[in-house]
This record gives sequence, C-alpha cells and structure tokens, in this order.
Amino acid sequence: MTQQASYGFWRAAGKRLWADKLARVCMAILAIYFAMAVASGLGWIAADWNEEVGVSYANPSFLGEDYPNPQGKNSMISQEVLVIDDKQKAVDPLAPYYAEIEQRAAAYEQEELKPSWTLPLGGDKWGRDILAKVIQAGEVSITVGVAAAALAVLVGTLLGAIGGYFGGKLGDLLEWFYNIFTSVPYILLVLAFAAVFGKGISTVILVLGFTGWTGTYRLIRSEYIKQRGRDYVMAANAIGASHARKMFVHILPNVSHLILVQLSQLVVDFIKAEVILSFLGLGVPTDAVSWGIMINEVMPELVLGKWWQLAAVATVMSTFVVAFGLFTDLLRDALDPKASRR
Amino acid sequence: MSAYLLRRIWQMIPTLAGVILLVFFLFNVFGGDPAAILAGKIASKEKIEAIRDQLGLNAPIWVQLWIFVKQVFTFDFGNSWSTNEAVSAIILQKAPVSLTVMLQVWLLDAIIAVTLAVAVAYKRGSLTDRAVMGICTAAMSISLLLYVVVGQWLLGYKLEIFPVLGWSDDLWTNVSTYAPLPILLLLFVSVAPSLRLYRSFVVEETSHDYARTARAKGASEHRVMFVHVLRNAAVPIVTNLAMALPGLFVGSFVVEMVFSIPGLGKEIVTAVLRSDFPVIKAITVYLAILTMVVNLLVDLLYKWLDPRVELK
Repeated sequence: MTQQASYGFWRAAGKRLWADKLARVCMAILAIYFAMAVASGLGWIAADWNEEVGVSYANPSFLGEDYPNPQGKNSMISQEVLVIDDKQKAVDPLAPYYAEIEQRAAAYEQEELKPSWTLPLGGDKWGRDILAKVIQAGEVSITVGVAAAALAVLVGTLLGAIGGYFGGKLGDLLEWFYNIFTSVPYILLVLAFAAVFGKGISTVILVLGFTGWTGTYRLIRSEYIKQRGRDYVMAANAIGASHARKMFVHILPNVSHLILVQLSQLVVDFIKAEVILSFLGLGVPTDAVSWGIMINEVMPELVLGKWWQLAAVATVMSTFVVAFGLFTDLLRDALDPKASRR
Repeated sequence: MSAYLLRRIWQMIPTLAGVILLVFFLFNVFGGDPAAILAGKIASKEKIEAIRDQLGLNAPIWVQLWIFVKQVFTFDFGNSWSTNEAVSAIILQKAPVSLTVMLQVWLLDAIIAVTLAVAVAYKRGSLTDRAVMGICTAAMSISLLLYVVVGQWLLGYKLEIFPVLGWSDDLWTNVSTYAPLPILLLLFVSVAPSLRLYRSFVVEETSHDYARTARAKGASEHRVMFVHVLRNAAVPIVTNLAMALPGLFVGSFVVEMVFSIPGLGKEIVTAVLRSDFPVIKAITVYLAILTMVVNLLVDLLYKWLDPRVELK
C-alpha cells in the first residue's frame, strides 16, 4: 500500500477550483481576455485601431454593404477622367511643365487609400475598426483595473498589517485615516482626487488605488489582530525574529489567500469604476480609448441607428465582468471553504 | 444613553478634523495654483498675483487653513469660481433636485426588494428562488452605464414612452414626467444587489432556533415568516437602508449627467471638469459630516429595533 502525501493548501484549493466546471469556463474566458490585452499591449494585434480603415460608420460585414448605410455602395463616388487634348494644351500655361511635374511627383511615394465599406464588427464615426478598438479599449480598461487593484491591495495590506500587528498609537493613527476615507462617499472621494490630479491613464490608476484601499485594510487588520497572538508567532518571537520578519514572513502567508480574493474582487470593481469615470470625462483621456469612452460615443450613434459599437462593447465588457465576478466567488469558496457567502 | 451620545459626538471631532485636513491639503497643496486656473490660459503675472491676493493665497498656510475651518462652520464657502454664485446657494438649490429622484428610488427599492426577498426566501431552494437569484447575478454584472444608455434610447427615443431628457421648475411636472425614466433605470441597478442581500438576511433568520420553535408550536409558515422572521431580519435591512441615505443627496452622477437633471451629482461632475474647487470642497466636507451623523443615527436605530443590543 502506498501512502499518498496530502496536498498543501494552495494545491488543494487549486484542485477544488479546477474541479468546478464553471470555474474552468471562467478561467478560460479570462485567459483569453488577458492574452488579448497582453498581445495588444505588445502591439501584435489591434495596433492600428486608430487608423481610418473604413468609411464612416462602416457596416458590420454580416449586414452587407448597402443597408443601412445611407450612402450605400451605389453612391460610391468615382472620379471622372479628363483627357487633355491638344486644343486644351495650347491654352494651358502649365503645359510645357507636365513632364517635369510628373517626374517630381514620382519622387514621393503615393498611396491611394480605399476605405472599406464593411468591417468585421463595423466602424465608428471616424471609420475605425470596432474590433480593433474594443481590443485596445479592453487592454486599457484591464490594465487600469489590475494595476489599481494591485496598488490598493498593496497599500491596504501594508497599512492593515502595521495597524493590526502593532496596534497602540500607530494603530489608532491608521484607524483615524480609515475613518476619514470612509466618511466621504466613495465615488465622491474618487471625483475629488480626480479633480486635483487631472486626467490620464496612470492618474486613474493612482486615484483608484489610493482611494480604494480601505476594504483590504479593514480585513487584513482584523486578521493580523487574530494572528499575532497565535503560537507560531510566539515561537517566532522566541527565536528572535524581527517585527518585519514576523509580519511578512510568518503571518503574511497565512492571510495571503484573503489578499488574493480581495485583489480579484477589486479588479472587477475598479474596471466598473474606470468605465464610469471615463464616461463622465474624468478618467482615461479622449485620445486613448477604453470601454467607458466607447460607451460615451454610442449615444449619438444610436440615434443614427448605428448600434454595432454599443453591441460590441456591451458584449465584450459584460462577458468579462460576469466571468471575473463568478471567478471571484468561486475563488473565495475554494480558498476559504468555511466562510459563508453572502 | 446621553453619555453614549456625548461620547459618540466627541469621537466625531477627530474624524471631522481629518476630513477637513484631507480636503484642505488635497486642494490647496496638490491642487495646483488656483489663481492660474482662474486667470485663464493667457494671463499676465500681475493678474495672477492680484487673484492670489484676492483669494488669500499669499497668506501663510495655517491662516488659509483657519479660513477654511471658518468656512466649514459658517456654511460660507464664498462663490463658485466658474459661475460666481454662492456655494451654499448652489448646494441648497441642487440637493432637493437630487432628492426628488433619489428618495423615490430609495423607497421603491426598499418596497420591491424586501417584498421579493421575503417571497423568494419563503420558497428558498425552489426553482423560482434559484431563477430569481440567477437573474439578480446577471443584472448586477451589467454596468449602470449600459442600462442608462440603452434605456434612454429605447424607452425615451425609440418607443417614446418617456421624454428623452429634461427637467422643469415645477415639482409635480418633474415627478410625473421627467423623473420616472431615471427612476426606473436606477431601480434596475439597485434592486438586484439589495434583493440578494435581504434574501440572505431573511434566510439566515429562518435557520435560527426560534423559527423552529414557532413551527413546532404549530404556527403557520405564513405567521413564522411575517411575524417571527421578518421582524428579526428587519434589523439589518433597516440598517442597510439608513446607510444609503447620505448618498441620496448627491444622487447618481451618471443618471444626472445623461438625463441632464440639475442635481448635486451633475453639479459635482461639472465642478470637477471646470476645476471649480470651492464647490467640490464644500460638498465633500458636508457629505462627510452627513455620513457621520447618519452612522450615529443608525446605531441608535439599531438599539431601538433590537433591545438586546448594548451601546458601549
């Protein structure tokens, strides 16, 4: 009889998560999104999202070229070719220079742009490809969400660890910070920070990160208060471990699963917040593109009957948010089987 | 009781001081030179200097802080930098507009969510229960923006059931004509999470011993649910409802922008876009005070609803 080694905590949690079909579907979806975001960030795909590749409001390919584009294919303008005969040459003062003009013009590379009448998912007002645009927007939104969540979790964990581990005067000071930040309604706090720091992708990350740390702080602080009296911390103390070592080498691994769940939850929250901020014109600058900016553009388009940008961004964004939200719930169940779900 | 009250109010002072400091440093230290913002893009040095003098920016920082503290307690934040209206007048004028919409949302959300929560908790575990919860999860993951954009286009523009946007000076016209569509759309967003939360409160109560005792003595399921369980579940539900109160004053930023409702939410967004610091400062500080007061009232309410709670 062979004895099977029991699994470690992370391995067991991973197995629990993997055993769930829904979790596997969610992870597959998220993997696709993150792969797209990375590929777009490296310029492999959607690098030309800002190019005018189609006519204004080009139809999605499956709708065909004519309907409902009011110009339609039949109204395509063709240039009339003028033939210059001798009679005209006689009165044209430029006639002796024709050869020279053509010769000089040939020195410059010329390219005739043929905007296409249909694009895979249609085009926007400026004839940009919505497929490329939604991928690029996804890259920006996901980057903002992940980076801001990482920052918020870092700040929250650090302050929570210090406040919970040391307590006392230092803990009171941090509690004071916490009370200040939570006494202002969250979205108002974000707007006040946004008003001061202005626009830009990195600014949005900083604003969301430095206003969104309170939940993590609360959770980690209460965990540290619980853990600091445990035997293993006492043992570490007895062998002369420093405060920093006890906090981050001994206790931190025991609360890391909570941090991971917080991170996952905050990514979803911050992506939603970024979308709202950008929509209001306070987030990502307008020369970049994010899901919020795309939604901002669709209102006049709908009145014209151009629904494809809305359809694309709504589907892509909602799929991501639903998948990430479900994944967070399942991750919480897998990592913390005893915790009750609300 | 009065000792508790006094201590709680005493404890608010450091938090309030902190909020004032945060807002002051945020806008007066990190906020850039307001004189340069006010003077516009092409301004002479003398003009900027004159505005700095006028705003008191050349005074030492503790003098400026003292002026700000005085502003908070006298409810006099001076005039808006962009419209030159008194900030207090703006707040008093805009807050009721937000409330016109938000109070109805709050009330309807409470009625719908509590009724549905009890109904699905009544049939917990059934297909209906799981279907409703599934719909809630799906509804929660759709962004408010999509509801608003699609709702305005479909119900306002395409089907012409409601006006696309607008607001009037007459309260009744607002309530009957302009408010219903924003309210409907906000309810789509708010009912789902409330319903899920309230259902969990009710379900948790049904598993307690007293519910089993009530059933054992022969009380009907109806009586158990409405007389025994609901009264206990009411404590967290009412708390949750009361906590939402401060938010009602600022309304919903997105909805007020899209439907151009001249409430505080729209005012804040325009103030942020125009770097109109006095308006943002005033609203932030007062909202913080309101939140603290509401938190205290919630604790008192808790005690009143559930006499077992000890106020320490």
